[in-house]
Amino acid sequence: MAMTGVLRPGHVQIRVLDLEESVKWYTEVMGLLPMGRDAQGRAYFKTRAERDHNSVILRQADQAGMDFFAFKVLDDATLADLERKLQAHGVKTERIPAGELLETGERVRFKIPTGHTIELYAQKTAVGSTIGCSDPEVDVVDGPGIRPIRMDHCLLYGGDIDGNVKLFTEVLGFTLVERVKLEDGKTDLAVWITCSAKAHDIAFVRQAEDGKLHHLSFQMPSWESVLRAADIMSIKRVSIDIGPTRHGITQGTTIYFFDPSGNRLETFCGGYDHYPDMQPITWSWENVGRGIFYHDRKLNDAFLSVVT
Amino acid sequence: MASYTVTIAETGESYRCLDERSVLEGMEALGRKGIPVGCRQGGCGVCKVQVLEGAYSKRVMSRAHVSAEEEAGGCVLSCRIKPSSDLRVSVVGAMKKNVCRPVAAQPLSNPPETT
Repeated sequence: MAMTGVLRPGHVQIRVLDLEESVKWYTEVMGLLPMGRDAQGRAYFKTRAERDHNSVILRQADQAGMDFFAFKVLDDATLADLERKLQAHGVKTERIPAGELLETGERVRFKIPTGHTIELYAQKTAVGSTIGCSDPEVDVVDGPGIRPIRMDHCLLYGGDIDGNVKLFTEVLGFTLVERVKLEDGKTDLAVWITCSAKAHDIAFVRQAEDGKLHHLSFQMPSWESVLRAADIMSIKRVSIDIGPTRHGITQGTTIYFFDPSGNRLETFCGGYDHYPDMQPITWSWENVGRGIFYHDRKLNDAFLSVVT
Repeated sequence: MASYTVTIAETGESYRCLDERSVLEGMEALGRKGIPVGCRQGGCGVCKVQVLEGAYSKRVMSRAHVSAEEEAGGCVLSCRIKPSSDLRVSVVGAMKKNVCRPVAAQPLSNPPETT
């Protein structure tokens, strides 16, 4: 497929209860690169492999959770085009000026039916990956921290996930990859959708309370590197939710764990390629346990209840 | 390091908790149950307790789940308090599991237009 329109998840702003503790943790445990702070005191990070200036932004707040999740689009013309299409769909949009986030161009901000704030943007300074673009070496993972490849996707909880799917597929060009049906066999409990050829770029679970973050995921290069991440989590006494294990849905290997403010993160490897011509995979309510946690084959209380 | 006895009022169950561990972590480390376990980091609110007796130190916890008044009155997240004496606590938090109810989910299939 030609990659145009919405390209990929680009940045996320996470609320943390203690900024200095979190900066230290995202640097030393996650192995992200600190990319500076802005006048508001927000702290910026990227992975070693990411080329744009930042992907994870931490903001000190009195409650945990996610402020917004953003996708990078191909260019300025695409941004203006998608902004028009959102408005035509009845979505109120707002332009956030260039530079409001460090090294980032204008953003088009809007709310989706589950109450989450999503942004689109076309410009972010390409500072390059650790290995650069000219005759690169391999970036051997032998330094401190988990060192994921990229900020990969998020799973959000809220009520009207049908409205989200409509907006993302009809306006923003996403494709439905997998879904879980509720007991009635009709209603979607959860959906996984992509703007690219990944198994998911964003996912939603139906829950009564809007605007909640279930997890923010980071891609790892191998199952072995997921296990290495688990060792680092125990050495650093990180709060692990579940894993290492595998998801039936997306087939990815995983650990769910929590940052120092209780925001759930994931180290994730695997998945498969999904193209827009492919039929979505559907999971029945009876098999949702195996779908979410392939080895345990049952849902746990925390998956359903613990969100920020 | 010192350890103190934490008693869960509902069940009468008690366990010894090191003063360097949170009340929740102390319960989990000994395989005990009674307080719901969530993020263990002060963010999700499921491990909320009312301290009935005893002294503790505390760390910052999410205002989405504990107001300043509650915190001052000993209604706190058990993952964010460490005992500095024996403690008696009553469980306030709960696992809501509200995604499990297709009946409750149904009205959300056709909500009023919010965009």
